[in-house]
Amino acid sequence: MRLGTRKVVDRSFTGLGIFSIALVSLALVILLTPIVVRGIGAVVFRATIEHDRVLMEHFERGNASTFAARNATAIAARAPVYEMLTAYEAQYGVDDFELEELREALQRLLGPAPDQSKPTLARDQFGATRWAQAQEAAHNVLYVQEWDYSDPTQFGVPVDVPRAKRFAGTPLESLFPYVSEHLDEMLQPHWTLYWGFLLDDSLDAHMFGGIWAEILGTLYLTIGAVLFAVPMGIISAIYLVEYAPDHWLIGVLRSCISTLAGVPSIVFGLFGLAFFINTAQVSKYFMAADSTGVSSKSILAGSLTLAILILPVIIRAAEEAIRAVPRTYKEAALSVGAGKWRTILTVMLPAALPGILTGIVISMGRAAGETAPIIFTAAVSVGRPLEVWQTLTQPTPALPWSVYNLCTEHTAADEIRHVQYGMVLTLVVLVLLLNTAAIILRARVSRRLAG
Amino acid sequence: MFYGDSAAVRDVTLGVPRGKVTAIIGPSGCGKSTLLRAINRMNDLIRGCRATGRLLLEGEDVYRPQIDVTALRRRVGMVFQKPNPFPKSIFDNVAYGPRIHGVRSRSDLQGIVEQSLRRAALWDEVKDRMRQNALGLSGGQQQRLCIARALAVEPELLLMDEPTSALDPMATDHIENLIAELRGTYTIIIVTHNMQQAARVSDLTAFMYVGELIEVGDTSGLFTKPVNQRTQDYITGRFG
Ligand SMILES: Nc1ncnc2c1ncn2[C@@H]1O[C@H](COP(=O)(O)OP(=O)(O)OP(=O)(O)O)[C@@H](O)[C@H]1O
Ligand SMILES: [Mg+2]
Repeated sequence: MRLGTRKVVDRSFTGLGIFSIALVSLALVILLTPIVVRGIGAVVFRATIEHDRVLMEHFERGNASTFAARNATAIAARAPVYEMLTAYEAQYGVDDFELEELREALQRLLGPAPDQSKPTLARDQFGATRWAQAQEAAHNVLYVQEWDYSDPTQFGVPVDVPRAKRFAGTPLESLFPYVSEHLDEMLQPHWTLYWGFLLDDSLDAHMFGGIWAEILGTLYLTIGAVLFAVPMGIISAIYLVEYAPDHWLIGVLRSCISTLAGVPSIVFGLFGLAFFINTAQVSKYFMAADSTGVSSKSILAGSLTLAILILPVIIRAAEEAIRAVPRTYKEAALSVGAGKWRTILTVMLPAALPGILTGIVISMGRAAGETAPIIFTAAVSVGRPLEVWQTLTQPTPALPWSVYNLCTEHTAADEIRHVQYGMVLTLVVLVLLLNTAAIILRARVSRRLAG
Repeated sequence: MFYGDSAAVRDVTLGVPRGKVTAIIGPSGCGKSTLLRAINRMNDLIRGCRATGRLLLEGEDVYRPQIDVTALRRRVGMVFQKPNPFPKSIFDNVAYGPRIHGVRSRSDLQGIVEQSLRRAALWDEVKDRMRQNALGLSGGQQQRLCIARALAVEPELLLMDEPTSALDPMATDHIENLIAELRGTYTIIIVTHNMQQAARVSDLTAFMYVGELIEVGDTSGLFTKPVNQRTQDYITGRFG
């Protein structure tokens, strides 16, 4: 090849490389920006007085005097609304569909009326807790959505009709301008940093509260998986490197391990259900003797399933790390009379540690993020944070599964977008932290080995 | 000694006198390392490597089936061509062998480590940095550390495979002095490419050529009036 051509080829490869990297980075930014921005919105946002009320009543937190002051202003600001309602009822009676609708819209905004008895569901006990939600709820008070069929060439078009029209000439007519003008006073918006999003239990299927149960569940599952997979993985790797004979069966075994790494994770989930739950009934051994004894989902079963999922990765990483230990270390140990097992424990494994650790932490990230294997074996939609001993018998909510579940199955999926994004961000950060830990650990151990 | 089907070393009969230094010389690939590694059965690590014949250590065949190989290796120390300290502290390197063999008490270990390092002429250079990683030492220091590590388990026989080939003249000098000091206390077999070195440090010299032992004899005798023509060629070729 001529020098000129070679230079052109070189340059175009460089360009191609830079282009691909730029493309990937752009995709990452596009993907991560909304997750980060909206995820942070779950923790830092403009809260209303209703948010404070949830914290005071259910989590016994918050500054009582600030709350009392704000609440007093809010009650005063809300009083005219309820007065107008009473005046209307006195005139037209309570058996009125339109009034019912209005009352419902007001309840979404402000919570139950003062004269109303306490509703059963937590979601009905409080008004809008976030200012963004409050503005939407206020809009729904002021406007009713109607369908416009006037254009025959189109399907019905939704149009917002001012609700005030329906109540023209009644004592409620002035309620609507009042609400839109005094929204601030009625709801007391203020910026807040809600750490509890990470550390609080969830309340009424994530309508309020935090995601601690999910975080804890994810941690339990991940740590459990590692506890099972790491010893097995390292021992298998030692066997494969140091003890396995040169036999075709071992070759088959090696390819099986590689294949296992590529099996779709849902298959592992089904396997976990079929084997750990239905056949082995792993959790049954830990249940009280008088319990019904039905074996069902548990963190134990989920951890075992995840362990099998990450086992091939750990075996591979450990195998390669052990193989990469210079042969001279082994010879040195053997030459002073160390046995094979001693050599492995005192020289080979310590030298292979950085590689093994990297494998472990990478697979921890994988285990934390996997959804399919835990659907059948460990995950439930809502649940409380569990004690350590409960992990043997109890299922748990977990971040990856809950993200999916809240987005698709939740009755009020639209209202809790912030929770979904918060969960996604938490999961991403968790995995990122694990990977950073891997890099740091690896660097430290390598530095120690290199002197 | 065979690697697979090809014989690397054949028909070697060699007596190594106790307390003396025996040098093995010969061109590259003639089987010096293979022979040396046969003595402490280091060749067992290599797949497809096998040995026939007898190899007696104090009258005991090291290839008899019931032999305890780790016990054998304890009696036969080895220093390799390239320094190979563990990625541990200097102290832990030397203490490795004694620990393996059950020495637990801190003061005993300290005693053994100091004594071994002194005998390897390294003590004065490292006594203030025992906790530091051994990989931070210079090549020559590392090699002496490896010698100290081998000495720490009190072997009867010390095998050295080109211990100075990776070192500069100063460090080489150090190691040669060391061998001179160890002579008498230990039985030493040293493989070397350096004719002068063999002449300087050894009592006995063996010349090998393509897997066979050509000539063995008193060092001064072998170097001044070799019996075999090939020995003569090799020695003079190298000197020439
Ligand atoms: N692991 C092995 N597998 C197969 N053949 C080997 C192996 N190691 C050495 N040999 C062969 O055995 C013969 C002797 O090798 P050996 O290493 O003993 O030579 P040497 O005399 O030590 O050489 P040098 O002076 O270069 O170190 C050589 O022909 C070599 O190719
Ligand atoms: Mg050699």
